[in-house]
Amino acid sequence: MTSVKKKRRRAVVEQAACVACGCCVKVCPLRAIEIVRGVMAQADGEKCVGCGKCARECPASVIEIREVET
Amino acid sequence: MKKRWYDYLWIASLLYLLLGFFNILFAWLGLLCFFIPLIISVVSGAKGYCNRYCGRGQLFGLLGGRFGLSRKKDIPGWMKSRAFRYGFLAFFMAMFLLMLWNTYLVFAGAQDLRQAVTLLWTFRLPWHWAYHGALFHPGVAQFAFGFYGVMLTSTVLGLITMVLFKPRSWCVYCPMGTMTQLICRAKNRNRP
Repeated sequence: MTSVKKKRRRAVVEQAACVACGCCVKVCPLRAIEIVRGVMAQADGEKCVGCGKCARECPASVIEIREVET
Repeated sequence: MKKRWYDYLWIASLLYLLLGFFNILFAWLGLLCFFIPLIISVVSGAKGYCNRYCGRGQLFGLLGGRFGLSRKKDIPGWMKSRAFRYGFLAFFMAMFLLMLWNTYLVFAGAQDLRQAVTLLWTFRLPWHWAYHGALFHPGVAQFAFGFYGVMLTSTVLGLITMVLFKPRSWCVYCPMGTMTQLICRAKNRNRP
């Protein structure tokens, strides 16, 4: 039996370059992204639908919307 | 999303700049923008100030976002590099210490009060109308002039990068943001 793989869009943060300003958190309609311990942003793979609002907002442009297989 | 009280702190930032235009002693209030982020990061190991309460960031977000005063282009790579961010923090701190030294000289009586605000560490703007005299030691006013210069300089830099790049580009190289992130990094170093 073959499993069916679905492709979904997700926000991926380049964490080494993140400044943890929190602009992404403010615009996320699903509260799917948070600042972890004041160091970097992290998107919740379950909640994120890849709308791209955070990526547009990010002043350092370190968030990318990627297609991932689930 | 529901607005909270702290979403209006941009008004306080704007008010701060306006008050300093009329009475320079209000510049002392700017110390709040230095100590609150540091206290939050030291106590809770988080960047709560940047994330919620920074009125300056909100102001840039508003002007560049809703008012459309930003090209919304990506910031150049070198500006978000650690070398630039840490270098800018070091430069900013050095200029800050120089300002404290000048304040000390006035307190010690070795230098007269200069009723001017230095913009971008270079341009001395006349600001004498905002000083009304002798209730406090001239050193108190000297610190206010110096500190207002620091705040005005960072606002002007922030506005320039807001127009050129994304609205809150200032957040990328903001010395306070860099410093609080370093504190958080150090505090959480040993956590998984």
